[in-house]
Amino acid sequence: MALESQLLQYLFTGVTVGSIYALIALGFVVIHNVTGIVNFAQGDFAMLGALVAVTLTTRTPIFNRVFVADFDLPLPLGIVLSVLIVSLIGAVLYFLAIRPAKGASIVSLIIITIGAHFAFQGLALIAWAADPYGLPVFTRGGPLEIHGAILTRQNLWVIGVTAVILLALYLFFERTMLGKALRACAINRLAARLMGIDANRMALLSFVLSAAIGAMAGIVITPSTFMGYDSGTFLSLKGFVAAIMGGMNSATGAVVGGLLLGIFETVGAGFISSGYKDAIAFIVLFAILFVRMSVGVRKGQSQFEEVGM
Amino acid sequence: MKRLAGRTNAIAFIVVAGLLAILPAFLANNYQVSILILVALYTILTVGLSLLMGYAGQISLGQAVFYGMGGYITAWLTVRAGWPPLAGMAIAALITAVLAYIIGIPMLRLRGNYLAMVTLGLNVIFELIVIQETAWTGGPDGFRGIPKFSLGGLVLRTDLEMYYFAWFVALLVLMLSLNIVNSRVGRALRAVHGSEIAAETMGVNTAHYKVQVFVLSAVYASIAGSLYAFWLGIISPSVYHISFSIELVVMVAIGGLASVWGAIFGAATVTLLAEFLRNTLPHLLRGASGEQEIIAFGVILILVMIFLPEGVTTGVMLRYRRWRAGREALKEIKKSAETMGAE
Repeated sequence: MALESQLLQYLFTGVTVGSIYALIALGFVVIHNVTGIVNFAQGDFAMLGALVAVTLTTRTPIFNRVFVADFDLPLPLGIVLSVLIVSLIGAVLYFLAIRPAKGASIVSLIIITIGAHFAFQGLALIAWAADPYGLPVFTRGGPLEIHGAILTRQNLWVIGVTAVILLALYLFFERTMLGKALRACAINRLAARLMGIDANRMALLSFVLSAAIGAMAGIVITPSTFMGYDSGTFLSLKGFVAAIMGGMNSATGAVVGGLLLGIFETVGAGFISSGYKDAIAFIVLFAILFVRMSVGVRKGQSQFEEVGM
Repeated sequence: MKRLAGRTNAIAFIVVAGLLAILPAFLANNYQVSILILVALYTILTVGLSLLMGYAGQISLGQAVFYGMGGYITAWLTVRAGWPPLAGMAIAALITAVLAYIIGIPMLRLRGNYLAMVTLGLNVIFELIVIQETAWTGGPDGFRGIPKFSLGGLVLRTDLEMYYFAWFVALLVLMLSLNIVNSRVGRALRAVHGSEIAAETMGVNTAHYKVQVFVLSAVYASIAGSLYAFWLGIISPSVYHISFSIELVVMVAIGGLASVWGAIFGAATVTLLAEFLRNTLPHLLRGASGEQEIIAFGVILILVMIFLPEGVTTGVMLRYRRWRAGREALKEIKKSAETMGAE
């Protein structure tokens, strides 16, 4: 393969993978903006979305083959139901684990969402065992070939769905009252409350919204890669790195961060070593934090240890 | 007050050591002995992390890295370089300390979420290195043929011998930690935990102390890792997965933040609970396999953080003290009311 088509191939793959990171990062940003919490279970929403969709649309033995789920719903219906179910799970997480811990320290909240991550992973293991699951591609047909690089139809679906979600979110935040209330909470929680916005309801909404975005990300990637009970860990970690790359509180930043991370990873795996692919995200993370820290020192900020808070 | 605390600790120390010494007589089989060896190793790990989380107010989700470094460096030095076990263990601890110091200085400037993610990232990278660099580490199959611990002509061959040695080291670590907590360093650390800004105003070099606790926790982890390698003779990457680092956080959460004695309780509870669940879950859930016990750990973490954020032992003690103080105050009020009535 010529270098040009190889690079193009990396770009296609990178953007596809990056779209998923971007969606997970968006979930992080939405929750973090409204509540100040970093939700380590964000990647599990993607895992749950995918596995619930698989269960609804194909014959799947569950609970250690004690039951066989035989709903056999058409794929679009299965996807919509799965997103709704995972949104509900997001609400349950908020009511059971986040709301009761009101006023807890950051370390406590981190540990709570890590606990939630463990709980989701354990539940998924009980429900679906340790098997990898896949979904059928959304539309059949041969791949596109551009300058010797291959772009599958599912890749197009991933990129397209990401774009649609972005547009929908943009409209929601800019054009609806509810979206504006959420943004107000993100900018200044106290001021928003003084204006009569119910901060608790907004926090709940941010969890539901993030869960829905996460579920959609998981569903759309599953025809290309397998999904298993423990897939959530790396999706969380990389989505978080992408969110930091984008500054942690900007939706646009999260998307750019996600796409860049996807491209870095694919190029790095292709040119350097595929064995260390999963390390790339963290090397990027260390580099960013290091640069920010040294910039903070140069600017003479006395509070430079607050980097990234 | 301080002398009293010292005496209580000394008595507690003798009681715990005595119990541990006679405990093997009541154990039914080797399996139970090996579980208690694990508890000893996890106690060493938990004390370090508890000091870091409780006193320095820093979270590390990568303690498995130092545990692994202790194991792998010891393995390499004793097997490839032919060093005696004790020297291998000491040099492993030293190298781990230097590395923890170097990465600790920039890292501990981060806070909360970022520190958690960076330590988690370090853990992921460590595991990848161990899997990929087969020539050095043995790769996914593990590093084999690590010798038993020996000193002079004394070789620790059986699990029972290892049991006594592991607990001997664990008690040494506990004693050292108690001394640190009750020293000038400990007071400085408590000040850092109370309010970093206030501590700095009083002339405490907070960054300095935080790095010191971090290095201390790394050295503890390295020692535990060396013991683990000597005991089993083989170490493999799966032991040093991030889930183990998180399991250690569960132990700290149960044992209590900043609680030296709580570490034994936390390590024992989590280890025994994990074994119990591993043995019973497959009966409850037909054909269940793998690590379903993580669901219990997840729920425990959430519940502890909601209801007893200082950790179970520390939290329960705090509440007991508050309850007793409340009752005493009530008594005082009644008494003064009575005397007033008499007048």
